[in-house]
Amino acid sequence: MQATKVAVLKLQDGTEFQGRSFGYEGSAAGEVVFNTAMTGYPESLTDPSYEGQILVTTFPQLGNYGVPPSGGDDMLKDYFEGSRIHCRAIIAQDYAFRYSHWLADKSLAEWLKQEKIPGLYDIDTRALTKHLRTHGSMLGKVIVDGSDDVDFYDPNAENLIALTSCKVPLVYDSLDGKPVELDGDLAPAADGRKTVVLVDCGIKHNIIRCLLRRGVRVVRVPWDYDFNTIEADGLFISNGPGNPAFAQTTVEHIREAMTKGKPICGICMGNQLLAKAAGADTYKLKYGHRSHNQPVRRVGSNQCFVTSQNHGFAVDNNTLPQDWEPLFVNMNDGTNEGIRHKTLPFFSAQFHPEASSGPRDTEFLFDDFIALL
Amino acid sequence: MKKYSKVLLLGSGALKIGEAGEFDYSGAQALKALREEGVTTVLVNPNIATVQTSEGMADQTYFLPVTPYFVERVIEKERPDGILLAFGGQTALNCGVELYRTGVLKRYGVEVLGTPVQAIMDTEDRELFVEKLNQIDVKTISSEAVDTVDDALRVARGLGYPVIVRAAYALGGLGSGFCDNDAELVALVEKALSFSPQVLVEKSLKGWKEVEYEVVRDRYDNCITVCNMENFDPLGIHTGESIVVAPSQTLSNDDYHYLRSLAIKIIRHIGIVGECNVQYAFDPESMDYRVIEVNARLSRSSALASKATGYPLAFVAAKLALGYGLFDLRNNVTQSTSAFFEPALDYVVVKIPRWDLGKFHGVDRHIGSSMKSVGEVMAIGRTFEEAIQKGLRMIGQGMHGFIENRDFNIPDIDAALQTPTDRRIFVIAKAFAEGYTVDRIHELTKIDRWFLFKLRKIVDTAEELEGFNDLAAVPEILMRQAKQQGFSDFQIGRAVFKDGFTERAEELTMAVRSRRKEIGIVPCVKQIDTLAAEYPAATNYLYLTYNGSYNDVEYTGDHRSVVVLGSGAYRIGSSVEFDWCSVNALMTARKEGWRSVMINYNPETVSTDYDICDRLYFDELTFERVMDILELENPHGVILSVGGQIPNNLATRLDGSGVNILGTSAESIDRAEDRHKFSAMLDSLGIDQPRWRELTSFEDIDSFVAEVGFPVLVRPSYVLSGAAMNVCSNSDELRRFLKLAANVSKKHPVVVSEFIQYAKEIEMDAVAADGEIKAYAISEHIEFAGVHSGDATIQFPPQKLYVETMRRIKKVAGRIAKALNISGPFNIQFLAKNNDIKVIECNLRASRSFPFVSKVLKINFIDLATRVMLGLPVEKPLKSAFDLDYVGVKASQFSFSRLGGADPVLGVDMASTGEVGCLGDDTDAAVLTSLLAVGLRVPHKAVLLSTGTPKQKADMLEAAHLLHRAGLTIYATGGTCQFLNENGIPAVRVYWPSMPESQPQALDLLHNHEVDFVVNIPKNLTGTELSNGRKIRRAAIDLNIPLLTNSRLASAFVRAFTRISLDDIEIKSWQEY
Repeated sequence: MQATKVAVLKLQDGTEFQGRSFGYEGSAAGEVVFNTAMTGYPESLTDPSYEGQILVTTFPQLGNYGVPPSGGDDMLKDYFEGSRIHCRAIIAQDYAFRYSHWLADKSLAEWLKQEKIPGLYDIDTRALTKHLRTHGSMLGKVIVDGSDDVDFYDPNAENLIALTSCKVPLVYDSLDGKPVELDGDLAPAADGRKTVVLVDCGIKHNIIRCLLRRGVRVVRVPWDYDFNTIEADGLFISNGPGNPAFAQTTVEHIREAMTKGKPICGICMGNQLLAKAAGADTYKLKYGHRSHNQPVRRVGSNQCFVTSQNHGFAVDNNTLPQDWEPLFVNMNDGTNEGIRHKTLPFFSAQFHPEASSGPRDTEFLFDDFIALL
Repeated sequence: MKKYSKVLLLGSGALKIGEAGEFDYSGAQALKALREEGVTTVLVNPNIATVQTSEGMADQTYFLPVTPYFVERVIEKERPDGILLAFGGQTALNCGVELYRTGVLKRYGVEVLGTPVQAIMDTEDRELFVEKLNQIDVKTISSEAVDTVDDALRVARGLGYPVIVRAAYALGGLGSGFCDNDAELVALVEKALSFSPQVLVEKSLKGWKEVEYEVVRDRYDNCITVCNMENFDPLGIHTGESIVVAPSQTLSNDDYHYLRSLAIKIIRHIGIVGECNVQYAFDPESMDYRVIEVNARLSRSSALASKATGYPLAFVAAKLALGYGLFDLRNNVTQSTSAFFEPALDYVVVKIPRWDLGKFHGVDRHIGSSMKSVGEVMAIGRTFEEAIQKGLRMIGQGMHGFIENRDFNIPDIDAALQTPTDRRIFVIAKAFAEGYTVDRIHELTKIDRWFLFKLRKIVDTAEELEGFNDLAAVPEILMRQAKQQGFSDFQIGRAVFKDGFTERAEELTMAVRSRRKEIGIVPCVKQIDTLAAEYPAATNYLYLTYNGSYNDVEYTGDHRSVVVLGSGAYRIGSSVEFDWCSVNALMTARKEGWRSVMINYNPETVSTDYDICDRLYFDELTFERVMDILELENPHGVILSVGGQIPNNLATRLDGSGVNILGTSAESIDRAEDRHKFSAMLDSLGIDQPRWRELTSFEDIDSFVAEVGFPVLVRPSYVLSGAAMNVCSNSDELRRFLKLAANVSKKHPVVVSEFIQYAKEIEMDAVAADGEIKAYAISEHIEFAGVHSGDATIQFPPQKLYVETMRRIKKVAGRIAKALNISGPFNIQFLAKNNDIKVIECNLRASRSFPFVSKVLKINFIDLATRVMLGLPVEKPLKSAFDLDYVGVKASQFSFSRLGGADPVLGVDMASTGEVGCLGDDTDAAVLTSLLAVGLRVPHKAVLLSTGTPKQKADMLEAAHLLHRAGLTIYATGGTCQFLNENGIPAVRVYWPSMPESQPQALDLLHNHEVDFVVNIPKNLTGTELSNGRKIRRAAIDLNIPLLTNSRLASAFVRAFTRISLDDIEIKSWQEY
């Protein structure tokens, strides 16, 4: 038998699920959310959008293919979406103590221990998911036998965008070279390539990769950086964790950018911030969309896409101003999945065209954006 | 959207290896989808035992062969405006493509719905396929032909080692092999070129993973992948022969979505509209891949994917074929979300093939690139360990899971791991027991370590359990862990009690059950909902697991459930007919206001379609699991008599546990099943039976044989190898069989029965209520007794029985029904010679022929039987078989061509894999249609006859005259030729393979396709003759030349095709009879 410690998940409403620990033997607190994806735990764990959250994977077997090696300084070369694990804890039905994959260099347990993240297994994750579905995402804490209790922690009360965003502007010339810190004014690219300003609200690395792969120069700026000072061909607003209300500064900057009429694109948080800049509202979903199988339809067309999603807030379609319209809609619950300006080159998606993890069917949106530059 | 008024659907015909029940399921779903749209449906499918050919499914059902000739005539008559080709397997696809090529579809204005025929041809033709995928830079497995060593080297270096070298034009893999470097390649190619002018060099993908994706596309170019699956066995073993896991377990997110994106790219390029599957070989050490094949139709995998995910692929594919977009359709499980989505699973599914190779003489037990399995099971769990252990019990071959099975001897474990047989998974268990490490097993099998680690965990748990001798001492956490890894109570009992267990297995298994319940270890019920609990599900598609603590179903204890036990894996002797019975029992229970509950685990069935019943438990039919479910359901009662032998065998134990068995009592079932009790009952009723005795020594056997005379039927209770039953014609055969095949002792007695030759075999299928027969059907075998009733050709109503015989049969059946107080379905088999009748067997359950007689008579026996079992009044139907002015013939489908080496003879052990039932105005028409439907063809050139014993030769004489008169050349072997010539029939003598110097050689005739029909009747009844006859028979099978091995059946066929022509067969639907 695996000698593992008893561990418990305590929810804010008093419900408890008892299981066993396979990760770091400590305590953690956060907002408990579930994801129905069947693959992609290394990507999800490092996705900054999960900052402050305890992730429940409904797929019952976790850790099967281990964890791929870290790229070290060369972060765009590895298989992760951020520089560290952002989830506060991860919970599954069963954990594969022995992994198998050519690329892996450690087990999930080893990784979690390195990064001091608890992992629980032998928990009825289906029952837990149904509980969250019925009562909505809620706060919870994980306590491994022998570790101290902790207080509940509400990530939505904190500016997670600020926490996960980069601190200084960085210029990426290509996937191969390392980024350099932006020092003073940005000179036009020597080879005449287009420049895209990418606002980091807690960015997934694959967004940077997707843009660089398309031959543009990327200037990644902190969430509150006044990017309007940079001479660029287009603006891209990244995904990010938590409540969009914290990014009012970013919204102001976007609003200013819109007056210039250059192409703007956003993903996830970027969709919400663009909507806010346009004048629309956002609201919190009961339990969010976190999966690889969310169906969206391009409004007014017969085109449908399977998308990867990870968000707890949504844009309220009813509040979109006149010159804006929904671009995509969720085919399951009718929520907003993207917006666009009726005449100007501004559009955004609530889902993740950069995938990683999840289906890659909407990566063409990057091409659409690049074509507008 | 264009509206279609009438659509023709092609079925897949009889069940055969490679084409089984999955197409009943797909076809039934398609018909349902069409019906919902108000489209009139026409179905061509001779498989009378299927659900899709039942009342209320298609508007017009034709029990005709799915061949271009018959389908064209149906089109000519019905004038449909559309045709669906994707729902009847390869049979329907081939037939449809042929009708397209010959212009028939165009001539009658029939539009192919769904995937265009050109796209089908692009995937079916290897060259077109490779070219098509090359256009979009998708890699396929391609080989290059070379004729010099230098060219071979160039190609091999280009592909990268290892490569496979295959000698072209060489049968049986002669001269083929793997090469890891230049030196090995040169050596092998030089050798191969010495006997073959050309050598194919191909990239070796040995040890690569095999992964498939089920993809759906609509006409608006929207695509989804409904499911991906990973084979436990690496490339080289046909996916139908592999253990398959869904979803994939060892693929990372990158792997998964890389292959997923490719699959979508491929189906867009090919232009599928509907469903298709893409199979990949995937390098375990990189992201390199090759596309193995694309099936542009519903397949076994798509049926599995539907069951694995809850996504009704066939139903959706039919709707897409009519022109809908995926966005138009709802997810039937949630009733609220869209059908355009990809299911998220929160469980693991394991499919395991079921083989029946033990039933065939001389068959090669190795598994590889061609399919030999006859059925499959699907197990659901929340860990791989749980699912695979469930599955290994479900395959029903006496195994209790991965471990704690009876020991068996494997002389060379390394070899057995390297070259897999049908027992490969158990060889792995054995290897662990012998100290093999995961790495060593991986080296030998190339099975991904992840699976082996999981299996190793099961072994570890068993070893921990074995450290205890007393249940109470087993820690709760260990007991729970064992159950979470899928251990049955039986396995735990065996591990703890060891040697003392076997004698008291039942009692000690119950002790485990009580102990674990005492400490609160019980399974919970989970729902399959397609969205991993993200949205509430409206269906009750359920399974049980120990990996969880909460039930998804709220049980109210209302006693309104009627639980029907299904028939498990399809296998020889139990297949789609019991699915039909189960489905009909469920429908009647539901109609009568009960909550219909199904337990079954066969993914190829309609009974495991979640909308056929109110609750579906996709789970085991073991006593343990059935009791788990019954304790939760607390039903009104349980129906055991419609699922074949598996549920029947549970009768006594369920009864002992206080379960309310609906219908005939467990005690009566036992009286019919127990040979001694049944025999005593027949004696007391004054009913005759063939003499038999249970014997424990050779001396006793000899003295019994002296009394009854040869031949005798011998049934050992313990079989070492080969068939479980045999007919022995003399004492040599008897000795050989008993010494080689069986074990005779006090512990393992042998049942010897007198074997009556040249007797008719008659079946009675009936329904009784409180011991009184309410409805019955008497049918007769065309072959004499000695051919298993599942292999025999059966006609109903009987055409050649004495009225007196019929009367006696009715009387005897009435007395048996009364004595056993039967309430429900039953079947009795009789022997009749002159007017004497003897009872061979009695089953107090529905038999294989229930759907056949129900459909021919147009009285649903299962509906009647279910009403009886529910305690409802049942009137005797007014119609009787005497009123029918047509005949039904049920013919058997054999799959010998798939079973390399097997001797294609018929005997007392069943060998057929499926059946058809056709109707005709007379016996000849029905015989001809049904035999054409199982793959025979009317000969036009010549026949080869070897007609066995003098008695059989005489039986065939009339047929030989007919053949001669029909202008066919007759070739015959020595004795037969002489006999024919003596009787005035010209025949050309040919020689047996044992006389190679004489000409002409019988085998040459076959190889040159100079004959197009072979009748070869084995002389003895043991079916073990390894000589001339077998070579001829095997050659006929391997060369695809129609073969019959029974004189009565051959005569009936010859009479039919010489008396009437195909054009004389009337195209009449079932509804028109």
